[in-house]
Amino acid sequence: MNDLLVRSLSNFTGTNNWLAIMPEIMLAILALCLLGAEMVLPRERRRLIADTAIWGQVAILVFTLFWGDFYSSEAQYYFSDMIQQTDVTHLMRSFFLVSSILVCYLGKSYLKKHKLPQTEFFHLVIIIAAALMLLVQSSNFVMLFVALETVTVAFYVLVAYCRTNPLSLEAGLKYLILGAFSSSILLFGIVLLYGIAGNPEFAASTGNALSFTELTTFISLHPDNLLVRVGAVLVVAGLCFKIAAVPFQIWVPDVYQGAPTPVTAYLAVASKAAGFIVLLQLLKGPFSGLDSFLTPLLSMIAIATILFGSIAAVSQRNVKRMLGLSGIAHAGYLLIGVIAALKVSWAEYAVIFYFATYLLASFTIFGAIIQISDSDDSNLSLDDLENLARRRPFMSAAITVGLGSLAGIPPLGGFIGKLFIFIAAFQAGLYGLLGVALCGVVISIYYYFGLIRAMYFSQGKVSSEESKVKMGMADRLVFGTLVAAIVLVGLFPGVLPIVP
Amino acid sequence: MAHMEPFSILLLTAILMPLLAGVLLLFGARFSGVLLKVLGIIGFGWPLIVGVLLFCQFDSSLIGDYNFELRLPTGLEQLGIYLHLGLNGISMPLFLLAGVVGFSAGWYALHSKAERLHLYLSLLLFMLSGLMGTFASIDIFFFYFFHEFALIPTFILIGVWGGVGRRSTAMEMTIYLTLGALLSLVGLIALYVKSGVESFSLIELRGYLASQPLEESVQGNIFALLLIGFGILVSLFPFHSWAPKGYATAPTGAAMLHAGVLKKFGLYGLLQIAVPLLPEGAMQWTPWIVWLALGNILIIGLITIAQRDLKMMFGYSSVMHMGYAFLGIATLTVVGVGGTLLLMVAHGLSISLLLMLSTCIYHRSQTFDMKSMGGLAAKTPVLAAFFIAGIFASIGLPGFGNFWGEFTIFVSLAKTEATRWAIIPAAIGIIISAVYGLRAVANIFYGAPHSRFEARLQDEAIVDIKGFERVSALVLIGALLIIGIFPRILSDNANLELMNISSYQSPTNLSATEKVSTSFAEVVEAKEEGLKK
Repeated sequence: MNDLLVRSLSNFTGTNNWLAIMPEIMLAILALCLLGAEMVLPRERRRLIADTAIWGQVAILVFTLFWGDFYSSEAQYYFSDMIQQTDVTHLMRSFFLVSSILVCYLGKSYLKKHKLPQTEFFHLVIIIAAALMLLVQSSNFVMLFVALETVTVAFYVLVAYCRTNPLSLEAGLKYLILGAFSSSILLFGIVLLYGIAGNPEFAASTGNALSFTELTTFISLHPDNLLVRVGAVLVVAGLCFKIAAVPFQIWVPDVYQGAPTPVTAYLAVASKAAGFIVLLQLLKGPFSGLDSFLTPLLSMIAIATILFGSIAAVSQRNVKRMLGLSGIAHAGYLLIGVIAALKVSWAEYAVIFYFATYLLASFTIFGAIIQISDSDDSNLSLDDLENLARRRPFMSAAITVGLGSLAGIPPLGGFIGKLFIFIAAFQAGLYGLLGVALCGVVISIYYYFGLIRAMYFSQGKVSSEESKVKMGMADRLVFGTLVAAIVLVGLFPGVLPIVP
Repeated sequence: MAHMEPFSILLLTAILMPLLAGVLLLFGARFSGVLLKVLGIIGFGWPLIVGVLLFCQFDSSLIGDYNFELRLPTGLEQLGIYLHLGLNGISMPLFLLAGVVGFSAGWYALHSKAERLHLYLSLLLFMLSGLMGTFASIDIFFFYFFHEFALIPTFILIGVWGGVGRRSTAMEMTIYLTLGALLSLVGLIALYVKSGVESFSLIELRGYLASQPLEESVQGNIFALLLIGFGILVSLFPFHSWAPKGYATAPTGAAMLHAGVLKKFGLYGLLQIAVPLLPEGAMQWTPWIVWLALGNILIIGLITIAQRDLKMMFGYSSVMHMGYAFLGIATLTVVGVGGTLLLMVAHGLSISLLLMLSTCIYHRSQTFDMKSMGGLAAKTPVLAAFFIAGIFASIGLPGFGNFWGEFTIFVSLAKTEATRWAIIPAAIGIIISAVYGLRAVANIFYGAPHSRFEARLQDEAIVDIKGFERVSALVLIGALLIIGIFPRILSDNANLELMNISSYQSPTNLSATEKVSTSFAEVVEAKEEGLKK
């Protein structure tokens, strides 16, 4: 017994490689420094905190990108198989960092506009970024659950961050209840798997029944066991909440509408991406034995998700709700990519590429929403956008490019993303799903184009007196870069290191 | 290929120059009028110059292969996608067509009084850039990509600068055409995946599929996808409902470029990609194509007769004439498809001429309602002459390019056993187009003016066609006459190219073609004599 303990401890310490999770550690330190700074800095210097958060993360991003020697292209396991690093997780780290930097940037102007406290916001955003990074690297259900809960709990706070706004509070409550519900479903699934895989009556039972590698062997030996199947379905269901797939999408419109817009963008992009990557890793890892059982299930979810998201968004006039519902449809397309990835190996990168274009487009649009709305953007409706192009030509152009990319119109990045998914789906033989995706895309033209129509195709008389609003240099630069990136990725997809 | 290097670059500049001018014009809110004009002329004129130059340099000994080839990487090499440009006997005439119509439409737009002119021109230039790219692409991914690149500005042009009902029309057209484009994209992806050749290059696909054709059922399914997708884009009956309204609403420049050139994308896709790569699929679907094409000719033809609105009439008439183009493809013979190609070019020229002239008429009459005009020729004789020339071309009278296209299609219909019966209903279409065309001429230019129009006709503001309008019109009429008098400058290379494609049934021997062409000449002479009388 003692011997076993020593052996496992030495195994644990032997595989500890703190350097491997350096970016996460640095993010945690940065987040703590921000809290410290709040205590130390005099009130009038507090605005430094936002800049520290942004530039600190930029430095960490640069570090993560150029610290390439450390990584090898093969999968590496650390911390006694708690953490698994692959080229996918390296890509996703940068992805999460970029999105959290953008969230902080958008948050800076949003918080100022709404007179909300700053430090906690940046602290939580950075903590979420670190947890998301660990989440996609986790190779053990304990690690996965802890990272996931860190993310979710921080989001509970962020969603309800506008304490004076009833919509934000409502969103926070809904997210809390449904989030807790889905976490318990996920946990229950994990426990079932742990129980059955640890049962010595079964062949290949294991003492370490939370580890992905051990579970892979066990599940592939017992794919027909009822408890294994129930456990796997519950875990997938818990993740479906994160990616907002039908029938776990019910929280999306309210939360997207009520949450502070930077948080909405964060939820839409980073949280969803993490959910998808974890789902992919589970399907390719532990649940690979359940292929024939899970594929039809996921296909049905994908079909329902695409149709629900597309059709529900058509009649929606609130901009943020509409974007949330259209995001559900995007989750459906991505699910097709995930299903295809089970048969076509490069489809995994197609999913990541899609997310990269989705990030650029979503942040452009959500950022623009913050810019164009006066105070409260939760009630921004299509009517408010009428003739926007006259008042805010630059912002309208940015939104148009973002929407075009989301709709998948060449020569914008989103088109290439969809193209990859479609080709992968074709190669995997998913014709039915492809047909549904086509319907979804055609419907999506209606609601995306509806926004563009409102902004540009002026109706009735145009009052030329409406003054143009001046934009700051930094805003011009950031939005200009985002728009340029969307176009560039569309014209020359090779600029992203993700091309399959 | 090496010695063609400078011309390959020239080909690339035909795409980049309008794009560059368009980007510059985006920021042209404060540009002076002169700078605007210079940029516009460079952007719209360069593709025409390049088109003519390359047309003269076209080496017909390279037939079966591509002229002016150029291949650039885009970061999608793993999927076998390159920016692969070049022209062959089929795409060269259309490339030139895009240049001619582009210049004419651009010249007209440059002198128009559109609000926010720099943006209007900029979007037209993007359209033109996409058009040049579409017909210059060997890579079928870029073939699609450039088409969409040209299509998106069309929607915005209609939505912002369009006429009555532009908001709903732009929306309807966007959704309908996106559906068509997506279906054809899925068809192209299917072709790529099913062939397993790991390349989007038309050359490689053609070479590979010639030796290892796909299964018959697969071919049928992919062809159906492409036929419906392309069919929507070309307004094949019953997928046409977007077109008349779209052309009636679109601003002149956009309507000219779309009806004249962009719409030919679908036909081009069918005869350059779908039929050659999927011969058996094409065989399965030709009976359907014949029926639908007759729907275009007869049903839409009759609807065209019923129109009172000049622009709606041209919208429907352009849908109707697509029927002949489809009939030519349905024969699956070199003669028929060659006829389609000629008709595509000629129709592109004539419809853009007519759409432009109808705007010229509107500027004078302030109405599109033909019934409430009349007697305009007395004040605008030259405009009337141009308009009549356009109508004659569109009916298919000899002397204009359309005649050769339609005539060749009829010959091929008669020569093909399976489609012989279609010749009579198709011939009725000629009468239909004569009826509405000549009635339009009569209603607008001749006869007693409508009571309300009489007062307006006395207005000093009504002047004959202006200088810039003449330039645009003459470019198009000139091109129509050149093809009408000497169609061989287009058809020779096209014939050689088409004979290389095994899907198209060649005439049994060359002397037979010669026989056909001599019989053409006899018929022409007879008809011209008849006309003189």
